[in-house]
Amino acid sequence: MRNPQCSQKIAFFFLFLSTLLIVVPVGIIIAIIIIKGAPAINWEFLSDMPRQGMRAGGIFPAIVGTLYLVSGAIIFALPIGLLAAIYLSEYAKDNFLTRLIKLAIVNLAGVPSVVYGLFGLALFVVFFKFGVSILSGSLTLGIMILPIIITTSREALESVPYSFREVSLSLGASKWQTIRHIVLPNAIPGILTGTILGLGRAAGETAPILFTVAAFYLPQLPQSVFNQVMALPYHLYVISTQVPNVDEKIRYGTALVLLVLVLFVNLVAIIIRYRFRKKKKW
Amino acid sequence: MVKFDISGLKVWFGAIQALEGITLQVEANEILGVIGPANSGKTTFLRMLNRLNELEQNFRMTGSVKLDSSDITKIDIELLRKRVGMVFALPLPLPLSIFENVAYGARTHGVKAKKSLRDIVERSLTQAYLWDEVKDRLSASAFKLSGGQQQRLCIARTLAVEPEVILFDEPCSGLDPISTAKVEEAMLKLKKDYTIVLVTNNVKQAARVADRTAFFLGGELIEIDATQKMFTAPADERTDGYIRGRFG
Repeated sequence: MRNPQCSQKIAFFFLFLSTLLIVVPVGIIIAIIIIKGAPAINWEFLSDMPRQGMRAGGIFPAIVGTLYLVSGAIIFALPIGLLAAIYLSEYAKDNFLTRLIKLAIVNLAGVPSVVYGLFGLALFVVFFKFGVSILSGSLTLGIMILPIIITTSREALESVPYSFREVSLSLGASKWQTIRHIVLPNAIPGILTGTILGLGRAAGETAPILFTVAAFYLPQLPQSVFNQVMALPYHLYVISTQVPNVDEKIRYGTALVLLVLVLFVNLVAIIIRYRFRKKKKW
Repeated sequence: MVKFDISGLKVWFGAIQALEGITLQVEANEILGVIGPANSGKTTFLRMLNRLNELEQNFRMTGSVKLDSSDITKIDIELLRKRVGMVFALPLPLPLSIFENVAYGARTHGVKAKKSLRDIVERSLTQAYLWDEVKDRLSASAFKLSGGQQQRLCIARTLAVEPEVILFDEPCSGLDPISTAKVEEAMLKLKKDYTIVLVTNNVKQAARVADRTAFFLGGELIEIDATQKMFTAPADERTDGYIRGRFG
């Protein structure tokens, strides 16, 4: 038996090494994107239409498109996901069927995004005849992030101490009053965490929007939810692989904008969550 | 006047039987002490009276519990719990301010006017002997209070919905002797207007405040009698043994 001091040091070394292996590549990726992309960033790049076959000009329509799609996905997925989570954690009896449903939801989170893309194509674009449009794309992204939102919201609701529910019910409050005034306010930070994860995923995915909304090249802004839009992840794919002779700094600039956009959206949600956490009193 | 009339009450949680046929009456405006060792069914008995046991999925019962001679399963459950308030074993403030904790019950029962809410909060906190200690910081978090203050806040919260009966579930198990004395003082004042059922692990506490005392053992009611008589000349030797601290 080696002495415990020594094995502790070895354990620490490997734990530290693993952490380093995660942090360092992420840091390098971000650094490369910033170094190569930053020179492309200027007001024209952010606010102008693409020109000369996307080899010059800006990426404004793609930024706007991604913002539309992410907002649409959240507007659709957050209420439905939250209501489903409330039902599953507060009302549904614990039996075989509900356990099966919960298991199915958890597994849905792991379904490859291209499958959601095909599903969106079949259901929204073809069957409901929404066409290749913002509506179809938002709904597809919404369905893709539903499992994330349901699972994290359920965990947030279930982490509110059971005793709070008992106290509220013992005062003669109805089950819904208890959920509305005691459980839900205390679960908001966790629910927002799920929303943040969903937002990030919706903003970054290419496959679900490929068949349902994304335009190859569309130098104008959409007029309605039935229009196509350009979107940042797809635009990045297009200028990296489909269009020859695109300046490297434009490609990295686009990646940088996508990265900053996701971080910015996350930051807003984190600030809201922080505010709620400060109010939390137990 | 009989407030609660319990007869032949048997309760199961899954395969485990928690109460084995309890029959007793709770008189209006009395403090009924319920004593007994752990797992004797006292808390299950108490949680029958406001139907809190029904939150357990595998709960099952036979027998009847009547409040003012109407079966409690026939009373609207929210109304029943408004009429029969409860103070829990641990101080369990809601994650709200002191004011909102007390106002919560009244709000859920439809009181909206600010003035009425403020009156209810002041009256309830005064009744629970807490008003003077907190009147300057009503908007502070309830978790800033000491354990004893929190428990009196919970009593005030229960009083705020104007119940007829208050159930105390070992209300002093986490409190120091001075806080305990304050809670007991509050209980003695309250019995003028309320009926009180006090479950306690502390035999001396029952002796100090209860008018009548019931002794539970293994889910059965062994004995119920005037506290004075129970503590001087118990009818059953198991009661005698428990009171004298020979077991439990």
